Amino acid sequence: MSELDTFPKLLRHQAVRLASRPALMEKEYGIWQTWTWEDYFDEVRRFAAGLSALGFSRDDKLFIIGQNRPRLYFAISAAQSLGGVPVPTYYDSVAEEMKFVIGHAGARYVVAEDQEQVDKVLEIRESCPDVEMIIYDDERGLSDYDPAFVRSFESIQAAGAEKLASEPDLVDREIDRGRGSDTSVILYTSGTTGTPKGVVLTFDNIRSIAQVCCDLEGLNETDSVIAYLPMAWIVDHFISYAQAHICGFCVCCPESPETVMQDSREIGPTYHFTSPRVLENHRTSIMIRMEDASRFKRWMFHYFLDVAKRCLDKRLANETLSMADRIKYALGRVLVYEPLKNQLGYSRTRLTYTAGEAIGPDMFDFYRSIGIHLKQVYGQTEASPFVTVQLNDQVRSDTVGTPIEGVEVKLSADGEVLFRSPGVFHSYYKNPDATAAAKTADGWVLTGDTGFFDDIGHLKIIDRTKDVGRLNNGSLFAPKYIENKLKFFPYILEAVAIGDSRDEVTAFVNIDLSAVGDWAERRGLAYASYQELAAHPAVYELIDECIEKVNEDLAQDDMLADSQVRRFLILHKELDADDGELTRTRKLRRRIIAERYAPLITALYDGSDHCEISVEVTFEDGRKGSLTGDLRIAPVKTFEKHDRSAEPARSAA
Amino acid sequence: MPGERDFDKALLKVENISLSFGGVKALEDISFDIMEGEIRAIIGPNGAGKSSMLNCINGFYHPQKGRIWFDGAYRGALKPHQIARQGISRTFQNIALFKGMTTLDNLMTGRITRMRANMFWQALWKGKAEREEIEHRERVEHIIDFLEIQSIRKTPVGRLPYGLQKRVELGRALAAEGRLLLLDEPMAGMNIEEKEDMCRFIIDVNEQFGTTIALIEHDMGVVMDLADRVVVLDYGRKIGDGVPDEIRRNQTVIDAYLGVSHD
Repeated sequence: MSELDTFPKLLRHQAVRLASRPALMEKEYGIWQTWTWEDYFDEVRRFAAGLSALGFSRDDKLFIIGQNRPRLYFAISAAQSLGGVPVPTYYDSVAEEMKFVIGHAGARYVVAEDQEQVDKVLEIRESCPDVEMIIYDDERGLSDYDPAFVRSFESIQAAGAEKLASEPDLVDREIDRGRGSDTSVILYTSGTTGTPKGVVLTFDNIRSIAQVCCDLEGLNETDSVIAYLPMAWIVDHFISYAQAHICGFCVCCPESPETVMQDSREIGPTYHFTSPRVLENHRTSIMIRMEDASRFKRWMFHYFLDVAKRCLDKRLANETLSMADRIKYALGRVLVYEPLKNQLGYSRTRLTYTAGEAIGPDMFDFYRSIGIHLKQVYGQTEASPFVTVQLNDQVRSDTVGTPIEGVEVKLSADGEVLFRSPGVFHSYYKNPDATAAAKTADGWVLTGDTGFFDDIGHLKIIDRTKDVGRLNNGSLFAPKYIENKLKFFPYILEAVAIGDSRDEVTAFVNIDLSAVGDWAERRGLAYASYQELAAHPAVYELIDECIEKVNEDLAQDDMLADSQVRRFLILHKELDADDGELTRTRKLRRRIIAERYAPLITALYDGSDHCEISVEVTFEDGRKGSLTGDLRIAPVKTFEKHDRSAEPARSAA
Repeated sequence: MPGERDFDKALLKVENISLSFGGVKALEDISFDIMEGEIRAIIGPNGAGKSSMLNCINGFYHPQKGRIWFDGAYRGALKPHQIARQGISRTFQNIALFKGMTTLDNLMTGRITRMRANMFWQALWKGKAEREEIEHRERVEHIIDFLEIQSIRKTPVGRLPYGLQKRVELGRALAAEGRLLLLDEPMAGMNIEEKEDMCRFIIDVNEQFGTTIALIEHDMGVVMDLADRVVVLDYGRKIGDGVPDEIRRNQTVIDAYLGVSHD
């Protein structure tokens, strides 16, 4: 194994072992084009030789920007072959962000997907004097750019082929010089907090974790994936590059970002990585489309979904299925589940990871019951990237699984998750202070997430550590955990839990207009506006039921039993990014919400049963107005703590 | 567009064109030329005769008076499909696509003037017709890629939003690979983003394929940015002709169309 310690070495190995098996596919002009492993290596070699002819050498940085295109993967490999470091960047970065990364990484060469990206680099050319050349993939619109500075990928490869003719072992020699401990890639974190940090990962880091996951899931060269996640995100780099090199599976690049669904259907990847939000969207669109289907089809769809759910519940409870259920499930498979999976591009999928956010139990069961093998994973770039993965027979909707082989996880005194593994990042590039803050001397990394282990040793992530607070009685208060539980109900669009440094937990709720509106219509409740619907007593009852269920659930949990919501109110307006209450990615801005709704928060705690408030709102065209409402505050039933043991829960770690 | 571009050969010339429907004079004694490789705009208030002018150029209408030269040769009264075969393709003000057909099929119809296999071969399919179909499909796929409409390749056109239908129509005109492309209000009814995309495509078509373009458009910002030269019509008469800067300063044009300047 020692001689295959870098990805270029692995590539060279696969080019011999799997020579004519497909390595990369890309849909172009409506047809899937294939590169075999042999082609892959050949493309990389020619490009590497071309780069070398330009003067690219060891430790040089290659800035790569664009969406998932085969040539950009070749560029990563070519840079690594020469001992250089690829720096893939989010394709939607604005010029300012690119300027920072190019400057910070000290990149001399840029590989850009198309004219749009080239133009962004040219825009910041003045402030990035180190950049010597931009190499583009798609020539459209670029023919009359200065050829001394902007050149095509082909032209670099052609120069490389010439150089290889006189020096055939040029690239192989450089590949042999690579070591597992060399830097393989620098990935800049998207930088929602302050300036981006460049995470330096070595070949050993990524390779070791990738190998463990490949073994764990039994991935091999017959698998395939769709490469649609940003190339600058560790997950895409990990799956579409690292794991693909180790297992030799085929990576398929979609035709365009809009065609990912169609392309998945055509390819039928066996291995998927997706996010709860995408799953949610898919499910909603299926449900809406089914409402338009004929009556018989609709009946069939719902009938067999119920069958699937019942079978899943029985299987989870380790009960044996009755003959009738088996037959019905088999029938459902032919009539509903398989066609549905095919629509979603999951017809051949045997492994689906989801990560990033908590996933609602309903949604989780929906996908599991129709036979999509959904598993949750947890990780971060600094862990290259996985820390925990759910084992096949221990899949749950509310945990992220157990640490994978070689990874140790522990909790700090205040519940922060720490891990140590062969995948622990080398450092933050040119940022020793940040490195020291994130990584202890003995190699533990602080994740910034608070979590705990449940009774079967699964890690449960509850919130970002900085958002976690304490109630006055000292028990843990994790707002996002409670909010997520509330948001799993279709009627609740947004929720804000309040409770840090207070005696009890209270909440704001935003109803989901389409779901509650539909519910009201079916009941014949008349309403004229969002505000009126939100204030309707029947709607309060509806939301009250939801919160009660959450409370019941929280009561089961030793650590969070005190976080049951005592009182709540339904906001008369939707929280909105235009009013600064949410970020553009729909995350709560707690500080601003607390300021804007201060009177409401006071009322939630001083026992009053209603409160008047007026808030400024910004309309879509930029005009401002104000919205006044008299909001009712309702109490919620709480539950006795469930079977609380004398031991504090945290000692489980 | 950076500076003024020079063109040396007229691709199309219209001379003293007059067109009337009964007593209504739609066009009166209009002359102008379109140079090979340029983007030429035709502007004017509603009912000025702009669309009639395009219809004369591509043979829908036959003017009672005047002559049209295309590519240096005098052109008699031809049928629209004969003119299309000569290399003039167009889009319409009120989208004229086959709504029930997919984007791909609509684009393929743009290739019809280029298809050589006769009905017999088409029916037999194997051999000549199949080879030809593959060749045409490839051209069409390049256009799909160019216009970035891969995701709607197999979608019936009637289900698409307006802006995309306009783009498909441009695609069909491109599929015909004409030398002169007539665009009748390519951006009408579009939002700003769609307009910007459309401008980009028009410029790219012009620069990359060297196609000569004549377009009618109401959005003055767009016209002044895109066009190399502008013709202004009003009540069937030509009241201005020149580069955008001249037109902007032309008093008759300002009075008739652009509105009274306040500076």
